[in-house]
Amino acid sequence: MSFRMRSTRKALAALLATGVGLLPATGASATSSLGTSHAGPRVTITFWSAMSGTLGATLGHLVNQFNSSQSTYKVDLLYKGSYSTVLSATIAAVRAHHAPDIAQIFDAGTATMMYAPGVYVPVHQLMSQYHLKFATSQFIGGAASYYETAQGDLDSLPFNSSTPVLYYNRSLLAKAGIKAPPKTWTQLASDVNPLASSGAKCVLSASGAYIMWTDMEQFDLWNGYPYATQNNGYDSIKNVKLLLTAKPMVQHWAFLGSLGKRGLYRWNGTTNSTVPFFTNGSCAFYENSSADINEIEAGAKFPVGISQLPYVAGNPTAPQNTVVGGASLWVLSGAPKNTYLGDAEFLHFMMSVPTQDYWASHTGYVPVTNAAANALHKKGFYKTHPSDLVAVLELTHKPPKPWTRGIRVGYLPEIRVAEASAIAAILSGKTSASSALASAQAQGNKVLAEFASQYGG
Amino acid sequence: MPDRAGGAIFRGKLLPYALVVPQLVIVAIFFLWPTVRAIYEAFQETNAFGTGARFSGFTNFASAFSVAGEVGTIEVTVILAVITTVLAMATGLFLAVEADQVGRARRVYRTLFIWTYAVPSAIAGTLWLFLFEPGLGAGAKVLVDLGLKWNFAVHSLQAFALLVAVIVWQQAAYNFLFYTAGLQMVPRAVLEAASLDGASKLAQFWQVVFPLLSPTTFYLLVMNVLYAFFSSFAIIDVITQGGPGNATTTVVYQVYRDGFQNGNTGLAGAETVFLLIIAAALTAVQFRFLNRKVFYR
Amino acid sequence: MRERGLSQALRHGILIFAAAIFVVPLYLAFVAATHPARDLLTGVPLLPSGQLGPNLWRVLSRGLPNSAPVTTLMANSAVMALGISIGKLVLSIPAAFAIAFFRFRGRMVAFWLIFITLMLPIEVIFFPTYQVTAQFGLLDSYGGLILPLVASATATFLFRQFFMTFPVELADAARIDGSSPLRFLWSIVLPLSRTNLAAIFVLEFVYGWNQYLWPLIVTTSPHSATVVMGIQEMISSAQSFAVPQWNLVMAVALLAMVPPVVVVVVMQRWFVKGLMAGSS
Repeated sequence: MSFRMRSTRKALAALLATGVGLLPATGASATSSLGTSHAGPRVTITFWSAMSGTLGATLGHLVNQFNSSQSTYKVDLLYKGSYSTVLSATIAAVRAHHAPDIAQIFDAGTATMMYAPGVYVPVHQLMSQYHLKFATSQFIGGAASYYETAQGDLDSLPFNSSTPVLYYNRSLLAKAGIKAPPKTWTQLASDVNPLASSGAKCVLSASGAYIMWTDMEQFDLWNGYPYATQNNGYDSIKNVKLLLTAKPMVQHWAFLGSLGKRGLYRWNGTTNSTVPFFTNGSCAFYENSSADINEIEAGAKFPVGISQLPYVAGNPTAPQNTVVGGASLWVLSGAPKNTYLGDAEFLHFMMSVPTQDYWASHTGYVPVTNAAANALHKKGFYKTHPSDLVAVLELTHKPPKPWTRGIRVGYLPEIRVAEASAIAAILSGKTSASSALASAQAQGNKVLAEFASQYGG
Repeated sequence: MPDRAGGAIFRGKLLPYALVVPQLVIVAIFFLWPTVRAIYEAFQETNAFGTGARFSGFTNFASAFSVAGEVGTIEVTVILAVITTVLAMATGLFLAVEADQVGRARRVYRTLFIWTYAVPSAIAGTLWLFLFEPGLGAGAKVLVDLGLKWNFAVHSLQAFALLVAVIVWQQAAYNFLFYTAGLQMVPRAVLEAASLDGASKLAQFWQVVFPLLSPTTFYLLVMNVLYAFFSSFAIIDVITQGGPGNATTTVVYQVYRDGFQNGNTGLAGAETVFLLIIAAALTAVQFRFLNRKVFYR
Repeated sequence: MRERGLSQALRHGILIFAAAIFVVPLYLAFVAATHPARDLLTGVPLLPSGQLGPNLWRVLSRGLPNSAPVTTLMANSAVMALGISIGKLVLSIPAAFAIAFFRFRGRMVAFWLIFITLMLPIEVIFFPTYQVTAQFGLLDSYGGLILPLVASATATFLFRQFFMTFPVELADAARIDGSSPLRFLWSIVLPLSRTNLAAIFVLEFVYGWNQYLWPLIVTTSPHSATVVMGIQEMISSAQSFAVPQWNLVMAVALLAMVPPVVVVVVMQRWFVKGLMAGSS
């Protein structure tokens, strides 16, 4: 009982003693008092991740490996929820001076982080400060281009990187007499009727949370179209405008909407998983991240095929290249000094060949460094795992154009929410693709203007 | 009886202050200060990380409630409050009237109905999500068999209806409890006189009994509106996350999305100020009621 | 008489039907919690199976992947619920006692300051309150979970109302006896308030246990997460599997609702009294 009162008084005393708002309160600072010498207890490094399920377990294995490889640091891996949850929790924690040491921030959060100097310690600086070998050129093209700054530096460590692929149900295709997976959207459209008449309950589905990634962002890149002006935001913070109402995008969504109207397209909103629609044998085709290969192959009770994303037929710029999606690791500022060497060593461990080898061969992610990619090739990994090669081939199909390096627009998670609303409106049959996309574009542009005003100074 | 408020019983210099201060400190730190803070931040613009703050006038208020999608969050909140209040109160009243007439078994029914109110809202949302998850849930299957294209993730009305169903499921119990207690207060003589009048049962109820329940009805109106405005958050977050579009985004959910998810403290501040005004209005309404009933009776 | 019997039967029929409708979601949750995950991939079976024990054991001991064991979460929920309910009593009884039995400068100001929080659920000002809590370094701690929720206008108000009904003679006698106000509070007022204490305690325990939004934003690790707010993470964790682990989510849901439902059903009399007290 008196505990409550005491806490109250303590809080009040703290308030009076330090003055309003000047409390540099952090949980992490407590560790600094534990001692900096090697003889003392291990320095804890908090690592917030968005990896759950088997991916989380695989990441946990790597963290354990690092922890047992030395005795100075202990990485405390914490699953914080979905990618957007990790981003918003990190932002909130930075504001509360309670930031984790390392955060796994997804692709869409890159611009939001990158343009907020002071919030993070750029990884390239951190590595050079502790004399660890680190260069942008060590990373595979798709990952480097997505995350590098205008100066060609990496502010964060590219980590889990994947790209969307087309999964298909070989049994359903065989039943419909379809010999090969479609190369273009037109071919996929012509597969619809044979599939429907041979009893398939659903023709196509796509990732629940990341349908905006597969069917808007990567759709543009794979076809060689820009997603936004200013080379998808790479050239400037200001005056970036979305290009969602471009004709191919509208036609693509009109097609998906028409499938939806016939009940042949399945999507449940961004918070519900669509994986079961494919693994339970309902949907013939399924667009999702290559990262889910192992999960999907293990869950499905039928032969699963994997092929490249369809592209727009007759489009001379297609197929171009996809880019990585996934996340990079950011080192946050404001931690006690003695943690940063640990951060650097841990990140160096995460990009090492054995780590990347383990990560890529136990998940559907691609190795992010050239060295690891070569090692996997040499081992013959892609001979025994041809489905893992699909993602690599998409990423490297052609050298990227200035507008297919990635998406660098601010507050992209917020824009994706507006896009998801448009998708719901289209699939509900209530709104035409063109007007839904126009409304998402208007909302998105408003967000971009806010970003420019808040970050552009 | 002497007016206690005028002539206190104990005298003490420090003791009374020592007794009220702990609570006042909590009120000051966790209610007053945040309120001031929200008002201050409503007039600021910063980036997600809170750096580069500058005065921005009323722009946050303007953009907080400019309707971006097809429906505004204030509209959603008000419609949700009206529909759930009417349905939950009607259900509670109906069941209470039925239960009132079955004699002692009434207590058994109270137990059978009360439990849904005790279920944490987030857990209630979880149960209903499982039931109506498009394509997988048992309830969703039934709706599809009935010929409905059930997918609340894309159909705004379905999402809204599902939300209403969960809230009514929870709140009906609350209304049932209060109406049951209210009916107990109706004098037996009134009930008997009404039945002797020869008016139809229904007419008796609406003309005689229901007016006697008006204090209960009034109180429940406020409480149900409060629930829809503020406590619906958990259910929304678990089931629809405010979507599709903004179809189920209440103002509280908007504060969460803008302030916590998108890190826009200015917008969240403006929205919080709006909520404070609503809460103050509801308090005033409630207070008039309490005032009448408690202070002057 | 015959007609009356019939309509009574009809009444029972309606009430039982309504009760059954209310119980459907709970029943299906229970059924799901008794099955292995794969059984739920194409729909929910109508009858339970034998996996309840293993599913419960799994979530209690290990939780879902990357979430804390549910035992930890339940313990945090209990700390939060008890902290809030006890904290509210500890803060509101002295305040109400002072306001009802003393005359001192600023008495009405104190009363009104407390009173304005009456209709201010945490949801109204959760965002600035979160910022203030963060400034105190109380994020991810029991203090952060509990303190912002312990101020209770309702409890203060109810106790004040109740104390006002005490016969003046009682207090006069105490004063003439020369017993101190605190002694009067402890040995006369509190024993007489037993039922009110119990009613408020039950009400606030359920209120504390069922909190969602506040723990959701104030906790940043499983060490202080509660089971009710944890359910959302578990849903997404369960869905990240090719075969969604709904059976485990439902097992957690059942566990999370047991304490408040049992408390309310068993202590129904006090709970209802507490609820009703707020209305009059």
